[in-house]
Amino acid sequence: MTTLTPSAERMWRSRLADVRTLGYVGIGLGVLAFWLAIPPFTIRSPLAPILVGLLAALAGVWTVSSGARRLGWGAIAAGVLGIALGVLATYSSTGHLDQVFTAALIAQMLAFATPLTFGALGGMFSERSGVVNIALEGMMLMGAFFGIYGADKTGSWFLGVVIGALAGMLLALVHAFFSITLRADQIVCGMALNFLALGITGYFFFQLYHGANIGTNISTVPNVSIPWVRDQRFIGPALGDLNLLTWVALALVPISYMVVFKTAIGLRIRACGEHPRAADTVGIDVYAVRYASVLVSGALAALGGAFLSVALIGRFNENMTAGRGFIALAALIFGNWRPFGAFGAACLFGFSTALAYQLPAYSSSAAVLFLALPYVLTLVAVAGVIGRTTPPAADGRPYKKQ
Amino acid sequence: MTEPVAPGTPPEPLEAAPPETVAARFEALQRAGGLLVPVVTLLMAFLIAGLILWATGYDPITVFWDIGKGAGLNWFGHLTTDTGQASAYNFTQTLLGTTTLILTGLAVAFAFRCGLFNIGGQGQYLVGLIVANWVGVSMVHLTRPAHVLIGVLLATLAGAAWAGIAGFLKATTGAHEVVTTIMLNWIAVYLGAWAFGQGGPLQGPAKSSPISATIAPSGTIPYFWGDPTTGGVHIGFFVAIGALVVFWAMLNRTTLGYEVRAVGFNPEAAAYGGISVRKNYIRAMAISGAFAGLAGGMDMLGPFAPIGFGSLDVYASSIGFLGIAVALLGRNTAVGVGLAGLLFGGLLFGTGHGLSSNVIQPQLTGNLTLIIQGLVVLFVGADILILYLWNARRKLRPGRKAEPAA
Repeated sequence: MTTLTPSAERMWRSRLADVRTLGYVGIGLGVLAFWLAIPPFTIRSPLAPILVGLLAALAGVWTVSSGARRLGWGAIAAGVLGIALGVLATYSSTGHLDQVFTAALIAQMLAFATPLTFGALGGMFSERSGVVNIALEGMMLMGAFFGIYGADKTGSWFLGVVIGALAGMLLALVHAFFSITLRADQIVCGMALNFLALGITGYFFFQLYHGANIGTNISTVPNVSIPWVRDQRFIGPALGDLNLLTWVALALVPISYMVVFKTAIGLRIRACGEHPRAADTVGIDVYAVRYASVLVSGALAALGGAFLSVALIGRFNENMTAGRGFIALAALIFGNWRPFGAFGAACLFGFSTALAYQLPAYSSSAAVLFLALPYVLTLVAVAGVIGRTTPPAADGRPYKKQ
Repeated sequence: MTEPVAPGTPPEPLEAAPPETVAARFEALQRAGGLLVPVVTLLMAFLIAGLILWATGYDPITVFWDIGKGAGLNWFGHLTTDTGQASAYNFTQTLLGTTTLILTGLAVAFAFRCGLFNIGGQGQYLVGLIVANWVGVSMVHLTRPAHVLIGVLLATLAGAAWAGIAGFLKATTGAHEVVTTIMLNWIAVYLGAWAFGQGGPLQGPAKSSPISATIAPSGTIPYFWGDPTTGGVHIGFFVAIGALVVFWAMLNRTTLGYEVRAVGFNPEAAAYGGISVRKNYIRAMAISGAFAGLAGGMDMLGPFAPIGFGSLDVYASSIGFLGIAVALLGRNTAVGVGLAGLLFGGLLFGTGHGLSSNVIQPQLTGNLTLIIQGLVVLFVGADILILYLWNARRKLRPGRKAEPAA
């Protein structure tokens, strides 16, 4: 600390004294409480998670009493969860633990989080511009089917993904026309498009492929193997061999943040979502901005769908997205309509899904319940138990030019 | 997000036209409950579905004719009560689907009249189904009417409670009911997958398959036409018709209904008039959920009773979502929901199991139903589109002054 200049030291002090920092430390401790009990640490005494978890809860209580309610309750919840999960883990055999908690779990988490991230970022563009997008599920499904259809017909995964994105944009165009130009109820319209996408993809799947699997020699999106990282001890299996589209999703998070919060374009999008009349007054074409945002939304969501079909398994099944569009919507809401928040939520939901697929090592029935976790957490989040999420002010409100 | 506009309210007038014009007459129809929008919507949806069929090499007329036969419409040609006949069997299955769809439609319609969009019909239906399964399988010492009544009643209450969560959150924290009901839908899905699944509390005696036990004979709903094993329709059909009457009477003849509609029209004005908006949000959601829970309960104790219900059925079930199309097409009125329920009940069975056609496979027509369902919701949700088209038509007419579009 001796090398710090006085002003830098003051800054550090104020930051340390900030209650928000304490809240984040509490959440970190809560995670640590659980982490200590699983590989690579695998401490077998329940004392460790209990002590660390209590510290987390204490930090949480302190944070709540200092005013940062949302963060504090988050830390308390993390502490309690950390204790519960940590103690549970110390009771199960190390063999089971080694089987469930591997570095590959992180790779799986990212694979599950990729479509959610695409969908949530897509939803963010649409909703930040003031158009509720409940049709993310349908747009993803369009991307999934037409992506693999394109890859099959053109023989190129790249063209397949592009065709998938275009199909998502087509559905988004319908959404935009009905909810912006015709000023229909955006939620009703979104639900309609979900049914429509389910019907269209199912119909053409049977019509074109007779419901059978699409050929096995489909060109799929390749994985990116990073030579040096791949050979490292823990990071290797986690990050060394991820899919190209996963990296695209990871890159899109900061890019979306920059676009929406740091550029003039983003300011226009947000203006249309918060106060379209004011935006119109200063010369922004609200309709054009909303149309563009909804189209971007469709393309991004469709990329998430194309990831499932063209990258992950190289096949298509009827209703293949199976509610992932709604988890993406949940991630968007849980992440408070922000790129990094949505990405964090997508990772959390991806982790819970990855865990659910590993947990049958313990109990097959309870593992299914784990899949409901994203929805329970979002329900709690919108209910404002741990702070309130705030949508854009004009979200869902059609705009009528005067 | 804003409150969804209940389609029962008239859309904003596009222009002040003299009462003789088509648009004005159309608007009068709209206000009077509007028969034209649903009819035009249906025509457009079937037209587009027909175009898709035609473009993919099928003859739309033959396909729709086969779907009609699959729904048992030819039963009217030769009336018989023998469910061994395909036409009579198909017609009973249409009525069975209608029973469920009327109730899941009412679940959406009632909330709509309070200005709430209940997307959670599917979840409420599943919760009712799970509870009815539990009652039907476990309380075997009860005698028949009591067993059925308790099963159906608890299922109804479960649906009401499940939707009540969304209503309560809306009333107390302002959480948007669309978001909360979507989340509750999926929680119910995984709850069902867990309960009926491998090692779950309601899994049946076959330990290798994730499917529930069959309902005890004392817990099954009596059939008035046919029987559960060979196909038929149970007395729940009359319960659904009764629910339509209850829905109408509750909305139009009671204080509760008056308050619910007042909140639906304008929450601020209702609050100014001394009506508790919060109380009505909770009440309306709970009543909505009760309809859907009842549907789930009667399905479990009726057609699913002899075969059980499994995890895969939970994932595949979507009849609660179809209730949205039924309610919107029926313009959230009792008569409308009844007719729309019959239409979609026929469509659902006629394009699915009932279809026996040598020109098209049921996998294709099943998806055609989804497309029609989507188009119906899309067009009814945008009834302004139909007004817009009428307007455009008027403008194209020669000899009339072109008016600026709204």
